[in-house]
Amino acid sequence: MNAWHMISTIARRELASYFASPVAYVFLVIFLLLTGFFTFTAGAFFERGEASLASFFMWHPWLYLVLVPAVGMRLWSEERRAGTLELLFTLPIAPWQAIIGKFLASWVFLAIALGLTFPVIVTVNVLGDPDNGQIFTGYLGSLLMAGAYLAVTCMTSAMTRNQVVSFILSVVILLFLTLAGFTPVTDLLVRWASPAVVDTVAAFSVMTHFDGFHRGVIDSRDLIYFLSVIGFALFATAVVLRSHRAG
Amino acid sequence: MIQIENLVKTFGSKRAVDDVSFAVERGQVLGFLGPNGAGKSTTMRMVTGFIPPTDGTVRVGGHDIVESPLEAKRLIGYLPEAAPSYPEMTVEGFLSFAADMRGLSGDAKKRALGRVIARCFLDSVVRQTIETLSKGYRHRTCLAQALIHDPEVLILDEPTDGLDPNQKHEVRNLIRELGETKVIVFSTHILEEVDAACTRAIIIDRGKIVANGTPGELRAMSDLAGAVTLHASGADSETMAQRLAALDGVARVERVEAADGALRAYPHDKSAAGTLAGAVVELAGREGWRLDLVRTEEGQLDEVFRRITLPDTVKAANQ
Repeated sequence: MNAWHMISTIARRELASYFASPVAYVFLVIFLLLTGFFTFTAGAFFERGEASLASFFMWHPWLYLVLVPAVGMRLWSEERRAGTLELLFTLPIAPWQAIIGKFLASWVFLAIALGLTFPVIVTVNVLGDPDNGQIFTGYLGSLLMAGAYLAVTCMTSAMTRNQVVSFILSVVILLFLTLAGFTPVTDLLVRWASPAVVDTVAAFSVMTHFDGFHRGVIDSRDLIYFLSVIGFALFATAVVLRSHRAG
Repeated sequence: MIQIENLVKTFGSKRAVDDVSFAVERGQVLGFLGPNGAGKSTTMRMVTGFIPPTDGTVRVGGHDIVESPLEAKRLIGYLPEAAPSYPEMTVEGFLSFAADMRGLSGDAKKRALGRVIARCFLDSVVRQTIETLSKGYRHRTCLAQALIHDPEVLILDEPTDGLDPNQKHEVRNLIRELGETKVIVFSTHILEEVDAACTRAIIIDRGKIVANGTPGELRAMSDLAGAVTLHASGADSETMAQRLAALDGVARVERVEAADGALRAYPHDKSAAGTLAGAVVELAGREGWRLDLVRTEEGQLDEVFRRITLPDTVKAANQ
């Protein structure tokens, strides 16, 4: 029994459990409606007169701020509440395999949601001649950002048996991660903090690192940022779960 | 198969399990008794590797549960106290997941599924989602999960809790049958289950083992053990009681309120119990009493259980 077999067994069960309840479909519909609204109405897609998905991607950090915690909040808190955590951790599986498996399942679910926004690619290609490379990097960045948000939600989900608490905690942490690099906030900080401090704070922000992707650049520093947020948050999840079991 | 040495678990300042040691070998069914909150579930959670012990070691099939958890866990089938399962899954889906996690595939998996579904009487509900099932079925679904890989070691935390009398009977039979070839540890607070299924029983109270032996040995610890109960006519009970008390080896005589007119003679020495009944019959013959009933008592588990655990429980409640 290799590690991948265990991870994929966990992931398949988790993914199936999303689609076993109406939550998955409700989420998908809300996600698609909101992306549509923000892109075309709030983002003024047509009025811009440019063949790009800038007005589509610019809203992703804000959409994910609420929607990703909604997807991930139940991951561990539900296992704790229902007592299935006891079942899971007495099966012959290493905790990290279970953590990765559950994380991957939710990430795949978010990827499915993101994939269903494909009509926007079709639209922009029909109407004009966009840079499809830029659209690809935009999607890649968006997926990585969703993964980073999700990993943080995994961590908060492991902290409590209450899904609502888990949701609120992750929104607060993600709000910081998002706002730290949001231009109005950095402009405010610049007035009383040294530029070095502002840059350091902004460097922790998802915004700063998402920017490059959505302009069509894959910067290794941005890749490393997202992957290290995921790695750190999942490691923290393991620590939280272990200390919970140790009593 | 299972060796537990000096197991300790503390939660804050509370010692939930305090220096517990015991061993169970193949072919033994160990009953784990104790009042609520005595540390039964905590001990089982440590044995199955769900929570790490504060101190002490657990070895299952030679594998230390902390050092090599996966090897140890592969040998164990575990039914947690609340019999948790994933409510949105079907019974079949859930068991199939358990089989995958145990590394079963193809024909072996199909056979394992068929075996546990038949064993736990789940045929009629295999395609239902678990959330639609009654408590008894949910419980047996979780039990089926514990049996799916035909484990060497079975740890069952209150396996008959919440079942109706027929289901209890089935589960006890299952435990007895499986116990012939496996190692089974199960906890209960239903004392008749100890007689029905165990080869050995441990009574645990406030984290400590307070009694350890076969059901017969535990019963022998009862005050009642070795006492002779008789029901006779031919003299008034006052006289009979006096004559009995005068017998050699009788410590005291009591009237049994529940059975009218019956008397019970307690021996000085429990190990001489067998001879007392003979002496009583002889006495009755000499005195010309007509005996309706003479019985040497085996002792009662619930009396032993209460005597061992009650003082502490009362103390704890008064604190």
